[in-house]
Amino acid sequence: MTTTTAAVLVPLLPFLGALVGLGAGRRAPGFVRPLAVLPTLAATALAVLVAVRQGGGEGSGTAPLHASTRLADTGSVPVDLALNVDGFAALVAVLVGVVACCVQIYSTGYLRDDPRYSSYAALVSLFTAAMMLVVYSDDLIVLLVGWEIMGICSYFLVGHYWETAAARSASLKAFLVTKLGDVPFLIGLFVLAGDTGTFSISGIVTRLTSDSGAPLDHPTLIALLLLAGVAGKSAQFPLHTWLPDAMAGPTPVSALIHAATMVAAGVYFIARLLPVFLSSAAALAVLAVMAAVTMVGSALAALAQDDIKRVLAYSTVGQLGYMTGALAVGDRGAAVFHLIAHGAFKALLFLGAGVIIHAAGTNSLAAMSRMSGLTKRIPDAFWTVTVALLALAAIPPFAGFFSKEAVLGAAEHAATGHTADIPEGVGWTVLLAGLLTALLTAGYAARLWLMAFHGKGEPVPDHGKQPVAMNAVLWVLFVPTAAFGLGYGALPDWFDGESLTPTLTTSVLGTGMALAGALVMYGAWRHTSARAARVPLGAVAAHPDAADAVSEAEAIATHEAAYGSVAAAPDPADPGRLLLGPLHRHAATGFHLDAVYGALFVRPVRAAAGLVRFLDREVIETYVRGFAAAPGLFGAAVRRAQTGNVQTYLGALLAGSLVLAVAAVLVAAGA
Amino acid sequence: MHLAYPAVLAVLLFCTGLYGVLARRNAILVLMSVELMLNAVNLNLVAFDVWLRDTLHAGQALTLFAIAIAAAEIGIGLAIVLLVHRNRGTADVDRLRDLADPPPAGTPAADDSVTAPTDNGADEATPVRRQTA
Amino acid sequence: MSSAVQLAAATGHGLAAPGHGFLSPTGVEIAFLLVGLATLGAAVVTVTTRQLVHAALWLVVTLGGLAVEYLLLTAEFIAWVQVLIYVGSVVVLLLFGLMLTKAPIGRSPDADSGNRPAALAVALAAAAALVWVVVDAFRTTWIDLDKGVQGSTAVSGESLFRHWVLPFEALSVLLLAALVGAIVLSRRNGDTGGTSGTTGTGGTGGDKGAPTRGKEKR
Repeated sequence: MTTTTAAVLVPLLPFLGALVGLGAGRRAPGFVRPLAVLPTLAATALAVLVAVRQGGGEGSGTAPLHASTRLADTGSVPVDLALNVDGFAALVAVLVGVVACCVQIYSTGYLRDDPRYSSYAALVSLFTAAMMLVVYSDDLIVLLVGWEIMGICSYFLVGHYWETAAARSASLKAFLVTKLGDVPFLIGLFVLAGDTGTFSISGIVTRLTSDSGAPLDHPTLIALLLLAGVAGKSAQFPLHTWLPDAMAGPTPVSALIHAATMVAAGVYFIARLLPVFLSSAAALAVLAVMAAVTMVGSALAALAQDDIKRVLAYSTVGQLGYMTGALAVGDRGAAVFHLIAHGAFKALLFLGAGVIIHAAGTNSLAAMSRMSGLTKRIPDAFWTVTVALLALAAIPPFAGFFSKEAVLGAAEHAATGHTADIPEGVGWTVLLAGLLTALLTAGYAARLWLMAFHGKGEPVPDHGKQPVAMNAVLWVLFVPTAAFGLGYGALPDWFDGESLTPTLTTSVLGTGMALAGALVMYGAWRHTSARAARVPLGAVAAHPDAADAVSEAEAIATHEAAYGSVAAAPDPADPGRLLLGPLHRHAATGFHLDAVYGALFVRPVRAAAGLVRFLDREVIETYVRGFAAAPGLFGAAVRRAQTGNVQTYLGALLAGSLVLAVAAVLVAAGA
Repeated sequence: MHLAYPAVLAVLLFCTGLYGVLARRNAILVLMSVELMLNAVNLNLVAFDVWLRDTLHAGQALTLFAIAIAAAEIGIGLAIVLLVHRNRGTADVDRLRDLADPPPAGTPAADDSVTAPTDNGADEATPVRRQTA
Repeated sequence: MSSAVQLAAATGHGLAAPGHGFLSPTGVEIAFLLVGLATLGAAVVTVTTRQLVHAALWLVVTLGGLAVEYLLLTAEFIAWVQVLIYVGSVVVLLLFGLMLTKAPIGRSPDADSGNRPAALAVALAAAAALVWVVVDAFRTTWIDLDKGVQGSTAVSGESLFRHWVLPFEALSVLLLAALVGAIVLSRRNGDTGGTSGTTGTGGTGGDKGAPTRGKEKR
């Protein structure tokens, strides 16, 4: 098998699996699990094969694998089924494959009793195929196809528990907000193709990086338009609001889509087209500000969340901010490094959170902080999640430390003016925001760990052991979480060749910030945890022995009823509440961005809809009714003429023929 | 003789018959008016035949045929009028309104009781006929 | 000859014999005019009178006047046929019909239906249009009545049985059909003749008229 064939099969296998699964899933329930797992496994194996054959060892000297075929002539700008596998694509594909496999295997246990499992698994497979397509594609239009398929899959999967109102509105919100970014994205693609005359990514990059290549005509416009789509897909401020709400979907979906892969697509896209963004300093500045606001804001919001998955969701937003920050300072190696590391440990965190939610019977941190013994019930999840949280907080020697240090190092590099084409202000913005976020990240990671695993109160009831499939997946993901960062020495060979080794300054600063944040949070927790016993709080799932997904769905559905809000809980024992002070109220709601959107978009749209409804009812309907009534009235008039009196008929007939005859005579006479 | 005289006379007779057909209520009077119209046409035929000196006498032959056909028509027409009168009890043209659009259901039929073509009405009319005959 | 005449008629110039002034009526014309006025007057009374039986009688006057007009036009055979069939049988038939339908004797106020104004308008408009057309077309056309009798019985009979035999025979079939039709229509439904006392009224009317006509036609 040639490398090209293998690379083609990587997106194709899950796609076929999804088709067969959608078509035959209901009729052959026995085949659903193999159909879900095996194509993904095979695709992952092929992705690894491609990566091994393609990259590594020779640095940027390795020519990217490039193949293309043209199905049909599409006019002035050709659209090709093109493939471009370089080091970035190979590694990201491996990440996607591994996480997708883990999620599929995990789902067999997590959704074991779910009646809609077959369609769920098929959609996950379809999603995997689409992501692989985005990763490997060399053509912007083909990439867009994968991009949009991911969007629609995300819509269906977030709405998997469509019985709950939260899931319904969350899926709609996710779809609409990402589409809001996708429209400028599409226009940006067209403008880019109009400027360069091609949809080929490698062609555009070659043209922009080679010395003879002409610069773009509208670099800032293109970059900003593309940035809108990226902000929507990668959940960057101000289009990030859909991601926390998307946690209403099943946990494996959150792990796959909203942590490891789909949201990374935006970052990956910028990494592929970085030269386009580098040609516009304004776009880089916007990117840096966006990243900074996203990082800090989401970290503050994460401190105030009560739902464990929403904490992780905001942390995802923040980590994606790191990646865009790295891109803003022009270091795509660091960005993709962080992307892969984050994908691994965030998938682990989410999958572990799914286990925790089932064991605790709730998704509320406040309720968990009033339970004891959770660690003993789920030791596998405890240890893996602990390590993953350490990685999230960037504590050495775990993956997150190295990748985050690469980002901060690149930012420092740019801030001190060592990177060409990057304004120093951009570097400073990213560096300072990144350091502040490191502090906050460690804070909320510590908060999550302390509240979830160190609760005091009633012991957690025993719901039996978790399925082997789920625990095994946790340990599989544990390996890259713990060890991937150590590959910092080898990774530059896969990427652009720039060093990803942590520098001393940023390492000390970043780790110091992280330790400070964790210590402050620990102190606050010591101060507040005593109050937990005094304020009883919490609700647990009604069916603790059912499958994990059932517990989760019930927890999501009851959170607002039990705690007054989807996001927060009135818990005085929450250390985050103590530390944030008056800011807590705003942070819990994501700094009222939803309210702003509501005022800016939802209400005008509703008003416009009301107007349209009124116009439709009162104006257009009137026309319709008029059109219906006019023939009716005319018919009534004609009915009245049907008297049955033959003489009347005859009179009318004769009068008419007389008029006709006179007219004919006059015409014949030429009068 | 000026041709306009018979032609104008025929026109006026025809229009008189026309008026009668449209204005008369009794079916037999309508038939009389039809006869007037036919005669007007006959007059035209004869006048033009005489004027043109047709060797085949087509106009006069056609007049004869028209007279015969008119006679047949009056016979059949009277038979129909009698039949209608026997069935409906009336020979008034404007009360024979079976062609009328039936009034919407629910509204009472005001003066259509006679004209409504029900078998009942026909059966009721027959005894009346018998008594008077 | 005949084709030339038709051509002349079509172009609106008749056999305008010199010596005919437009307003220089001959005796025949005066007679025709007077009889025509009487005929027209009788016709108008026929369609306007409120006494139904009188209408039939005025119709007799009209038809008789028309017969005189035929005579004045030298169509004597047509005139006598007119008298025989119309005055003799059709009017009788109509009178029978009036009686059989219990038409009121004397003035009946509702002899005219409601659409009398409309009928008047249509009739007057038609009369105006037709008179205009006819006068416009034939104002310079004269009938030459001095060239011999055009419609004597001999001439008519010869023409009828020489040139028009086939239509004549076809007409006889039509009359037979009318006869049968009148009988069938006049019969009462389901009657087998047992109650002829009451059915005879309708039946005899039809039976009486049809053979009469048939005989006279033959």
